[in-house]
Amino acid sequence: MRGNSFRNKQAEQRLFRSRAIFITIFIFILLSVLASRIAFLQIVEHQKYQDLSENNRIQLRPIAPNRGLIYDRNGVLLAENVPSYSLTLVKERVNDVDSTLSYLKSLISISERDEEQFLKRLKYRRRPYEAVVVKYQLTEEEIAQVMVNRFYLPGIDVEARLVRHYPEGELTVHALGYVGRINEKETQRLDKKQYSATKHIGKLGIEKRYEEALHGQVGYQKVETNARGRILQVIEQVDPVPGKDLVLHLDLRLQKAAAKAMEGYRGAVVAIDVATGGILTQYSNPSYNPNSFVTGISHKEYSGLRKNPDLPLFNRAIRGQYPPASTLKPFLGLSFLEAGAVTWKDKIADNGWYKLENDDRLYRDWKRTGHGHVDLHDAIVESCDTYFYDAAFKTTVDEISPFLAKFGFGRNMTLDVPNALSGLLPDREWKKDKRRRSWYAGDTLNLGIGQGFMLATPMQLATATAVLAAKGEWHTPRLMDTLGGDSTVDDSKALDNIILKDPKNWDKMFKAMDAVITSYKGTGRSLRHNLNFTMAAKTGTSQVVSIAQHEEYDSETMAERNRDHALFVAFAPVENPTIAIAVIVENGESAGRTAGPVAKAVMQEYLLGAQG
Amino acid sequence: MASTDFSHQMPVAGANQAGFERSKVLFARIHIDLPLLILLIVLCASGLLILYSASGQSIAMVQKQAIHYLIGFTVLVVAAQIPPRIYQLLAPWAYLLGILALIGVLVMGVTGKGAQRWLAIPGLPRFQPSELMKLALPLLVAWYMATKGSPPKLFTLAKAMVLIAIPLVLILKQPDLGTSILIGTSGLIVLFFAGMPWWIIFSMIGTVAACAPLMWFFVMHSYQKQRVLTFLNPESDPLGSGWNIIQSKTAIGSGGIEGKGWMQGTQSQLEFLPESHTDFIIAVLAEELGLIGVLLLLTLYFLILLRGLHIAAKCSTLFGRLLSGSLIVTFFIYVFVNIGMVSGLLPVVGVPLPLVSWGGTSVVSLLAGFGIMMSMYTHDVK
Repeated sequence: MRGNSFRNKQAEQRLFRSRAIFITIFIFILLSVLASRIAFLQIVEHQKYQDLSENNRIQLRPIAPNRGLIYDRNGVLLAENVPSYSLTLVKERVNDVDSTLSYLKSLISISERDEEQFLKRLKYRRRPYEAVVVKYQLTEEEIAQVMVNRFYLPGIDVEARLVRHYPEGELTVHALGYVGRINEKETQRLDKKQYSATKHIGKLGIEKRYEEALHGQVGYQKVETNARGRILQVIEQVDPVPGKDLVLHLDLRLQKAAAKAMEGYRGAVVAIDVATGGILTQYSNPSYNPNSFVTGISHKEYSGLRKNPDLPLFNRAIRGQYPPASTLKPFLGLSFLEAGAVTWKDKIADNGWYKLENDDRLYRDWKRTGHGHVDLHDAIVESCDTYFYDAAFKTTVDEISPFLAKFGFGRNMTLDVPNALSGLLPDREWKKDKRRRSWYAGDTLNLGIGQGFMLATPMQLATATAVLAAKGEWHTPRLMDTLGGDSTVDDSKALDNIILKDPKNWDKMFKAMDAVITSYKGTGRSLRHNLNFTMAAKTGTSQVVSIAQHEEYDSETMAERNRDHALFVAFAPVENPTIAIAVIVENGESAGRTAGPVAKAVMQEYLLGAQG
Repeated sequence: MASTDFSHQMPVAGANQAGFERSKVLFARIHIDLPLLILLIVLCASGLLILYSASGQSIAMVQKQAIHYLIGFTVLVVAAQIPPRIYQLLAPWAYLLGILALIGVLVMGVTGKGAQRWLAIPGLPRFQPSELMKLALPLLVAWYMATKGSPPKLFTLAKAMVLIAIPLVLILKQPDLGTSILIGTSGLIVLFFAGMPWWIIFSMIGTVAACAPLMWFFVMHSYQKQRVLTFLNPESDPLGSGWNIIQSKTAIGSGGIEGKGWMQGTQSQLEFLPESHTDFIIAVLAEELGLIGVLLLLTLYFLILLRGLHIAAKCSTLFGRLLSGSLIVTFFIYVFVNIGMVSGLLPVVGVPLPLVSWGGTSVVSLLAGFGIMMSMYTHDVK
């Protein structure tokens, strides 16, 4: 029994030993598996994890370049960058977002829209510890409120960044445009690297046109961060290259003069530097404040602008297409002469109407009684429609349209004005193509007084007037003078200079347009008073509603919105023109009373400045 | 009185061969296995060095952990003095107490982190009864198998299985899948050492493999499933549940062969590595000391396991052998599961790296286990 138990004991020990040896081998194998696994990670996959670890530690933080500034021709700042403060929240450091938000609400006002937008942003994919904006554009008081209570607000911070500001707001928006937050569509189109730190982009106007140059080059900072995103040290920094500063031809003094003169009117003013094609004034009234758009306009404010019947968002200077009416007459007159259809000496007898053969329709002159015997000079001075009906008929559309095209009618000639429209210069082909009708002689008559199908923007009228003032020398209209100090521009768009068969016709046309102001018969004679410079001009009145054959035009009974548009083109001084201008006052009726004084005020400011 | 002798004898120990022999006898008399003790001290000392770096050079944490080790080694020495028969006597009662405590947890336990694991009895510190079971179950199964002799009969094995199953199910209900598997395994290891036939071992492995899909649908909770899914594809949620494993693999892999240098690991020092001083501490070692550091640590563990298995095999009683064998293999399982998890071989389960991860309870209970092993080894039973 005892021996048996001893043998049992030995057997037990042997059994245990064999199992222990088995387990030892088993353990050795499993430890080897672990060692191989670690060795695999540390040798075979070392580079991969080395990179991952570096990526963890080292972050490239893009630095947004400062946007280039925009100046007017006299060095007055039109677009600058000012600091704006935003309230930010780091979710990982906030215990309870809801209670933090309600505490913030007790300190500063956070609108429902702010909150909604914030919660939306919070759901976007982002790195842990990345700050999310709760509210943009804090006031000084709000910053103080938050900072004082910062101790109770872990994870809440106030962040500063530069945003665009337009000190002259309403005065310049229709030329400069504005920048706004980059939207999703733009994100897809933009260079991801260049815009990695940029929040705003030029949406309209010059800001949009020169976006690339104004934006600058992104910089970056190589920083070491911990898992919480806190920057421990800057390892390397490449400074961003600020955007180029832009100097415009635009003259703020003229913008101001235009705005002042246009007060109460709907319309636009465009003035061009005759020698360079530089746009001195590009103003549309009423206007709006672009600064609201930079940081995000409220729905209420935006729909207010959209629903305003005066259409403040509508850039009439480049997108308002009006029948040029009599302001087209100087160009038409030159086309008649060029085609040899008339001479300066030819006269017609005006009884107040014109009639085509085989047509019952009466083409009326604006003056019921007619102008009597008139030649081209008189027809310009008095704006005699009958003369132009007759001469246009003799010249034909096939001569008129191509000649007008040389002045830039019918196409957008601007070099750097985005969204400018091209008006409409009709001819036979156009009518056949677009209206499926053939061109009638009546169409030529209407074109002969700048009505009918013909449309032009104030920009086009000003451009054509500038070319006229330069005696056919073309300078493509442009807003930019220098960009980062460089004034080279791509002028491939420029049209050929206009060379008349008889260059004296320029001077004679100048004389006629001068007489519009100086002659006692001139349609612009009312502007003569207190005029301290010489001015060549042409008035125009374009019909808003067509008047039936034998009706009288009665402005008193007509609704204000149906009254004629008043147009005015001019250049000055006549002897050596430096400025050309086009003005339209919607429903302004009499060009001499409404549009004319606007042009006079702007040119006065330009030519005489403060002394005027 | 024995400990005063110990400190008195130490300087003499290395002086000459006779002195060394004397000290060996002395250590046998105070029931301590010197090689194992030295290995454990080396491991703990290395643990302090890693912890100093992993905790972000926190002297306070290192001091606290040193105190944990101090308590642990005291418990080891005390546990080693207790003769095996006391453990044999205590075995059924410890088990019963453990079972009662586990039932107590389910009835009136404290919930923490979504599971009921804590028992708060007034007047006693809050504790996890499952920790008690980690010792009590192998104790009981070893005691039970020792009374039945080796190799066991099939019926004995069946009854032992039931004893293992009871706490396993109770812990599973908390729910704590990881711990219940670990505790169940510690019981099964006793059966393995007791001589459970191979065909049963293999059919059990087969059954577990077959049941795994069923577990997925009927036993596992959603958070456990999430862990498995994350394990299979950590990149699916890199900032959420996949973050830990991606960061720990990055820490290990970027360490390379030589490491980035002690306290130079960017993953751990810049707080990218989560739980760097507890469950993921090996990643800190791997990052800062590289493959060399990891191999040294694995060698150290292997030496401890070898010595442990050696003294288990040298125990004079079957009870001592079974208990020691189970304790040392369980120790290995902790090592394997932890490193396997941190290196992405196994799903993330909350298992600390034995004697290196920060934490008092696990240090003390592990060292207590080694104390029991030393007791089994050094006490001669006639």
